Amino acid sequence: MFDFLEGYDVLGAFWMTVKLTALSAVGSLIWGTLLAAMRVSPVPLMRGFGTAYVNIVRNIPLTVIIVFTSLGLADIFGVTMGAADNFDVQGFRLAVLGFIVYTASFVCEAIRSGINTVPLGQAEAARAIGLNFSQTLRLIVLPQAFRSVIGPLANVLIALTKNTTVAAAIGVAEAAALMKTMIENEAQTLAIGAVFAFGFVVLTLPTGLLLGWLAKRLAVKR
Amino acid sequence: MKLRKVTAASAAVLALALSATACGGDSNDDSSGSGSGGGGKIKIGIKYDQPGLGLKEPDGSFSGFDVDVATYVAKQLGYDANQIEWVETKSADRENALAREDVKLIAATYSITDERKQKVDFAGPYLLAHQDLLVKKDSKISEATDLNGEKLCSVTGSTSAQNVKDDFAPKAQLKQQAGYSECIAALQSGAVDALTTDDSILAGFAAQDKYKGQFKLAGLKLSNENYGIGVKKGDTATVNKVNTALEKMVSDGSWQKAVDKNFGPAGYKNEPAPKIGVIVK
Repeated sequence: MFDFLEGYDVLGAFWMTVKLTALSAVGSLIWGTLLAAMRVSPVPLMRGFGTAYVNIVRNIPLTVIIVFTSLGLADIFGVTMGAADNFDVQGFRLAVLGFIVYTASFVCEAIRSGINTVPLGQAEAARAIGLNFSQTLRLIVLPQAFRSVIGPLANVLIALTKNTTVAAAIGVAEAAALMKTMIENEAQTLAIGAVFAFGFVVLTLPTGLLLGWLAKRLAVKR
Repeated sequence: MKLRKVTAASAAVLALALSATACGGDSNDDSSGSGSGGGGKIKIGIKYDQPGLGLKEPDGSFSGFDVDVATYVAKQLGYDANQIEWVETKSADRENALAREDVKLIAATYSITDERKQKVDFAGPYLLAHQDLLVKKDSKISEATDLNGEKLCSVTGSTSAQNVKDDFAPKAQLKQQAGYSECIAALQSGAVDALTTDDSILAGFAAQDKYKGQFKLAGLKLSNENYGIGVKKGDTATVNKVNTALEKMVSDGSWQKAVDKNFGPAGYKNEPAPKIGVIVK
């Protein structure tokens, strides 16, 4: 039944998917939070940058971004991410960079919607006791905002997990790349496709359930 | 009221989409079965993105060696050029397209392998290709042993990419890209030293006007790729007809003409026409 799996490192490929997802998730959470902070800051220049960034990056197809990291950044501008002589490492790092750039814009919007759920009185109270903008954001607004956007962020994480398959386009040896290889050799599209689809469900379903449960537990009851 | 408008509009779109897919299914005409042409159409699967083999031109016409072979075969089966409906069959879709009868024949750089033979039947082979390297005009790469330590480019998951890793250059740096065009770009910019895949495909790329005179084939015979014409499993009648057509194409000189026309400019030395049913391992 599953004899076509012989000789292929399916788990290794999914491990690569997990690594891509984890690093990109952490990176885009940090960068996305910074972007969200820019978009609500009192400085017009920062607000403008944040708005422009999100609206441009969000509307570029991910494939274009990922292929550009390889063909544009690496080949033309010589950005080799500290791995000029190892295409495997280089491709992986470029892919993570591309995913962070792209996913951060969605993270930013999710967090910003969370900021909008925090009542204005909270920020006003923070100002009244003499906190400045960054303290207000860090200590009062963001902690409340994060608690209300765990659900939307879970969606972004699940989308990111599936988006990592685009890295196959620049030769990162993750699940989708192995799937291509196997279909090329074994000529069993449906069975192989089903195995990989199942693999992604195994990755994303618990993520969704766990974060859904967290979102319920941590939601700010107002 | 606004919401109701949106709902109506989306319902209309949905209905359109459904009807569009519904009429995709009824175009199965008399192209299956006896192969007596008449007023019917024949659907043939080709690649759309491989210059010299199967390429969809900007004006909507098709060119390439696979296209020429398929056109000749269709003619022998009783279909004129204007009765052929070309369908794009990407590498991963080929077996399913035949099994579902989306297409009658597939001529899309389809290498005959034992695994694929379990799924589809092959007529031919009609061309013996070899994995080779495309390098810059002034490159010094001339043997497979030169490859270790060089930077190669190929398409993710392709047989050629696997051969490099597993067999003849495990130490080479392999950059994998989504398509050959990306690899050519990397080769032009100097990010890689060579692009590797079947020599027929490389010749097709090198023969394009925009690349003329920039690249050459290294002339290594790294593997044997026997291109066959895929036919639905069990359709022996069609296989035999296609084989007869291919034999005729070779004997009346059309085969050599098609080779010269499509691969000529790149300095591609083609193998003599393969014998039907003889697969070079």
